[in-house]
Amino acid sequence: MKRLPLSGVLIPLLSVLVAMFFGGIMIAVQGINPLYTYEVLFETAFLSFDGISVTLAKATPLILSGLAVAICLRAGLFNIGAQGQLISGALASAWAGYYFVGLPTLIHIPLALLFGATFGALVAFIAGALKAYRGVHEVITTIMLNSMVIAIADYLASTPFKEPDQPLTRTPAIQDSARIPDIFGLPFGFFIAIAFSIALWWLLRNTTTGFRIETIGRNRNAGWYAGISVKRVTILSMLVGGSIAGIAGAIETLSITGRFEPAFNAGLGFDGITVALLGRGNPLGVIPAAILIGGMRASGSTVQFKTGVSPEIVDLLLALILFFVTAPLLARLLKRRHENVAITSGWSN
Amino acid sequence: MTNLLEIEKVSKSFGQVKANDEISLEVAPGEIVALLGENGAGKSTLVKSVFGLVKPDSGVIRINGKVIEPGDTASAIANGIGMVHQHFQLVPVMSVTENLILGDEPRKLGVIQMKEARNAAKAISERYGLDVDPDAIIEDLPVGMAQRVEILKALRRDVKLLILDEPTAVLTPQETDELLDVLRNLAKRGVGILFITHKLREVMAVADRVVVLRNGKLVGTTSPKQSGEAQLAQMMVGREVVLRVEKSQAKPAAPALKVTDLQVLDDRKLEAVRGLSLEVRSGEILGVAGVEGNGQRELVEAICGMRNRVGGTVFIEGVELPNLSPRAAHDAGISHIPEDREKHGLVSSYSIADNLILNTFDKAPFAKGWIRNHDAIAKNGITLVASYDIRTPSPNLPASSLSGGNKQKTVVARELSQNKKVVVAAQPTRGVDVGSIEFIHNQLIAARDKGSAILLVSAELDEVLSLSDRIAVIYGGKIVATFDSKSADRAEIGRLMAGSNA
Repeated sequence: MKRLPLSGVLIPLLSVLVAMFFGGIMIAVQGINPLYTYEVLFETAFLSFDGISVTLAKATPLILSGLAVAICLRAGLFNIGAQGQLISGALASAWAGYYFVGLPTLIHIPLALLFGATFGALVAFIAGALKAYRGVHEVITTIMLNSMVIAIADYLASTPFKEPDQPLTRTPAIQDSARIPDIFGLPFGFFIAIAFSIALWWLLRNTTTGFRIETIGRNRNAGWYAGISVKRVTILSMLVGGSIAGIAGAIETLSITGRFEPAFNAGLGFDGITVALLGRGNPLGVIPAAILIGGMRASGSTVQFKTGVSPEIVDLLLALILFFVTAPLLARLLKRRHENVAITSGWSN
Repeated sequence: MTNLLEIEKVSKSFGQVKANDEISLEVAPGEIVALLGENGAGKSTLVKSVFGLVKPDSGVIRINGKVIEPGDTASAIANGIGMVHQHFQLVPVMSVTENLILGDEPRKLGVIQMKEARNAAKAISERYGLDVDPDAIIEDLPVGMAQRVEILKALRRDVKLLILDEPTAVLTPQETDELLDVLRNLAKRGVGILFITHKLREVMAVADRVVVLRNGKLVGTTSPKQSGEAQLAQMMVGREVVLRVEKSQAKPAAPALKVTDLQVLDDRKLEAVRGLSLEVRSGEILGVAGVEGNGQRELVEAICGMRNRVGGTVFIEGVELPNLSPRAAHDAGISHIPEDREKHGLVSSYSIADNLILNTFDKAPFAKGWIRNHDAIAKNGITLVASYDIRTPSPNLPASSLSGGNKQKTVVARELSQNKKVVVAAQPTRGVDVGSIEFIHNQLIAARDKGSAILLVSAELDEVLSLSDRIAVIYGGKIVATFDSKSADRAEIGRLMAGSNA
């Protein structure tokens, strides 16, 4: 069912509004004015240049991890493993960032990004290959890979790649030549993420590879009939998703954290799932979804400071959004209205 | 005679389209009324209104003179209306008895009385001569039996009016005959029956009265005694329909498709095709006649590269096809009209234009290298929609907006417009209205005359008889006999289909 553009925007918008309504009740229960809270949230995140800059920095990895989930959704795969792929990419790029010394920036940054993409893709490949050749469900494998990657990254950051002579589990800081700068006070990584969104949107629409991915996602039997290799497209989609998640981790490392430390990247990949679903699996829809969630993440502590609301409210709002955007009831209610407009005779079925 | 069901001036619109326009009809107790019409004529909408699944915009529906609450299935059921849906509403892993009592279990102190339920199920089944084993598990039953369980479900609630929505679409010819017997039996016991179909033969065989719908309007009420098949067909489509396919003498040339000693397994890993050989020459139609489940599906899928061949070979003009590659089969020159258009033939959320290039999307002119050519795709869509009479306001609409017949025409358009050496047509007119059947048949003949070798596999013996130049009978995964269509004898083919060697 090709969704009308209206419902593509309406459902996410409604789910955010409904989430804010229920979140508002939770805020009111704490004895705080929810409207004031939302006002502070909005002001902090979007109404000043500094606020926007922080929001966009927070949104950057979310756009990319959202894309990593979205591209797999298009192929009919639910990539829960963006978190693991992202951590793998973050660690690989951190290593490339500190290990290579004396490279020019124009080589060092792309090289570190490539490391991130490769190692993100590697993790996703395992799940893709198991799905294609053994029929193992990707939700199971990606969840398990998340745990494995987190454990392995912990070990690597605490032993072979550990920064010497200090107690923390972390790698050394990356070289200055690997640092992604801000431009005009805005995070450069954000523009990379936007470029990826547009590129993926274009690829899905205009290339034969995009058509293969979409076809498999919508009806894999018909794809097989049409001569598309379901196995190859499954693996390819996971590879693309994994490499983008890896780049998300790499950009985070190279522009924000400056090194790999296990706790730094917590939850970015999981927020990607919310972003992808809120963006209806559309590579362009992911951008506003990520900015919204990035803004909420960015303003969380200020909101707490100014209004006294407990900081978990942001997590609660995100959970509510995820809940309502996936709530089948809401979707069905809206869909039913449109379905009746089928043209020749859809009603015989 | 007082009427059991009275429908008075019922109208229902969906958006711009009037699905039902002031339709009135009656069913008397013990009467079998066939609701006839093309796909999209409004039959389903009308019966759904009666059953309360659809709320009509206006009009009144009465059962035994009592008005039924519009759009309320509970009221319909309480007034003795039962409905057998096209897609069965059964739980596959449960037994017949369990399915029958689902939602209305006989209980004592909260404990389900299974024995009582089982006996009751057996009693109704016997009373109406349905012969269903109450302990059988639904998923083990053939389709015809599962359908009887659906009928039982309705009978259990003491139904006065039974509605059946295209009950024979999924049945083999034998099962169809058995179902018609069941319907006659029910009618004899006073149940009124309203059934939807677009198969004229069933109408002629069983209906007391025929109500014909077209474009949401009632165009006439008649009976099989008054009107022949040809006249009914004309009422349905609003013009003369040639029921016999008119075709010229075939001019067969060299063999294009050759299958030797083919062995194929079915989904349960049992041998379904057992050493089958056949040959189709360019410019002829070879029809495969047989009762469904004798290896036809596996044969077609193995030829088209969609199913593993465990033995034997497939040649296209002398070149051997690799195993398990739909792409290679396509590139070697096979067009495939698949048996199941929803599962394999179409991506229903794609536009009609995209569906028309589903297996040529990466070939010129629809792609230049890696880049899709949207202009060429759109142009092809407009051309094929026009030349294959696909009824739609625009090729950019999703395929899901089409009726069954137009969906099938979309698949046929895509496959035949490629002018391939070999066309494998599996059940090319299944679940399709009379007008579309005629059109698709003519297109297949035209493809033959342009020099394609056509392998036609169909469960409709009439279709095989009227289209084919040669007829091969399949039984137990083998071709048991081959006839020239001129010398073919319907009765003899029927015997061979049933497995008799005589």
